[in-house]
Amino acid sequence: MDLTRQIRFIWKPLIFVLCLVPLAAITAKVYGIGGTLGPNPIEAIQDHFGEWGLRFILITLAITPLRKISGRAWLSRFRRLLGLFAFFYVFMHFTVWLVLDQGLTLDAILEDIIERPFITIGMFALLLLLSLAATSTAAIRRRMGPRWQKLHNSIYLIGVLGVWHYWWQVKKDFSEPLVYALILGVLLGYRIWHRISRYRAQSMLKPKQG
Amino acid sequence: MIINSAKASDIRPSEITSKANYLDRRSFMQGGLLAGASMFAGPASAAIIPEGHRAKLEGVQESAFSTDEKPNSYEDATTYNNYYEFGTGKSDPYRYAQDFEPRPWSIEVSGHAEKTGTFDLEDIVKDHQLEERIYRLRCVEAWSMVIPWVGIPLADVIKRFEPSSNAKYVEFETLLDRERMPGQRSRSLHWPYVEGLTIAEATNPLPILAVGLYGEVLPNQNGAPIRLVVPWKYGFKSIKGIVKIHFSASRPRTSWARAIPSEYGFYANVNPDVSHPRWSQAQERRIGSGGSGLQSLFAIEKQDTLMFNGYGDEVAHLYDGLDLRKNY
Repeated sequence: MDLTRQIRFIWKPLIFVLCLVPLAAITAKVYGIGGTLGPNPIEAIQDHFGEWGLRFILITLAITPLRKISGRAWLSRFRRLLGLFAFFYVFMHFTVWLVLDQGLTLDAILEDIIERPFITIGMFALLLLLSLAATSTAAIRRRMGPRWQKLHNSIYLIGVLGVWHYWWQVKKDFSEPLVYALILGVLLGYRIWHRISRYRAQSMLKPKQG
Repeated sequence: MIINSAKASDIRPSEITSKANYLDRRSFMQGGLLAGASMFAGPASAAIIPEGHRAKLEGVQESAFSTDEKPNSYEDATTYNNYYEFGTGKSDPYRYAQDFEPRPWSIEVSGHAEKTGTFDLEDIVKDHQLEERIYRLRCVEAWSMVIPWVGIPLADVIKRFEPSSNAKYVEFETLLDRERMPGQRSRSLHWPYVEGLTIAEATNPLPILAVGLYGEVLPNQNGAPIRLVVPWKYGFKSIKGIVKIHFSASRPRTSWARAIPSEYGFYANVNPDVSHPRWSQAQERRIGSGGSGLQSLFAIEKQDTLMFNGYGDEVAHLYDGLDLRKNY
């Protein structure tokens, strides 16, 4: 089997199933299997989805640096799958907040979005992610041309907003959001470093004027 | 000291409770009857805090201040805690406080009072009657519980120290011990934890120094061996593991107000009209899983938060003329 078929029929389905494990784990807990949700079940579910949403955003952002460092071009074939799971978990996080936490009460929802900045930026990040998920098919990508890449570069902003959203929500102990912030810093820092070194290499190739 | 002997009519059906872990009603009744009998023999037996995990407290009196709302389960109250001295996660205190040894324990009393010094825990509680106070607990994080505390009225304890007219505030301090309280190794808050009340608040009949819950000695994660419970204020005011009581002329620098002054004030009265930047305070979620399955999740509803957590009749007068929006 060639690599394309191997990725398509073995690796992608395998990764797909792996990506569903966090969903399966929390669903099992809802039914008391493999642990319970504890005394504040809604908070437990909401946090679980939020954390996994953020983790998948970081995993998706890690693909390009990994590809460049390892030289394994096929890694980028998993990017869309992982990115869609990032959207899925963030969307579940949002849905739990909307339905279970706020009970679909419009007043409370609007108040939260308007008056609590961490929710405002969370909503903004969600809308951006939604636009990326909605334009993720190959056909739309082709039709959008260079605008597609521009739009999808907003994943960097989404990463920043996501970590910021988490950071702002924490009361006092920032050790956990700090871990996410550091990983995001490395992933974005790599890109900046890569750009700079490429720019330098190019300018060195150019003959010096004067 | 007047002791009420337990009458069947005193017990509200809702208090008899559905939770297996909750206070054994039979021993409660016997305790009450014994206490009643001792009335004829002489003064009431001194309040004793037995040692040992989940040891039963004897001779506990009921209180008219108790709510008849259904208490949370023992598990809810003892596995979901904010006690940063043992970690910032909700289950950290339960996990990391198990080996904490709350004895021997003494409390240093200082400041503007006639009787100051260091007292053994036993000496502080022994002349008081243990009471069960079933109170609503409202956390600033917009969740709440109902907890059957056992303790002694703070006002009675304070009177014994005979504070002078200069004592405008009562300041409390938690134990500072990085070895025994691993959370203090992190800089999540400025240690030791400090809380305080005005002298009028502290001498109101509602606050208690709790030494137990569900008829048993206070578990470590809930602030053993002695903690404050102020039911009309957000939970962080109810300081745990108290080692110092100081009568002060000036307002104490309380921990959360010091950490983030724009979010936490000195008063911290439960107030549905004053939102926290992170949480609307209009509503609260009662802690407790409704069982297992998706349906149980949809059954969990929020309820409206009451001004002063529903204790306005007892405490609203303390704040006459005070702008509670500014003095949050």
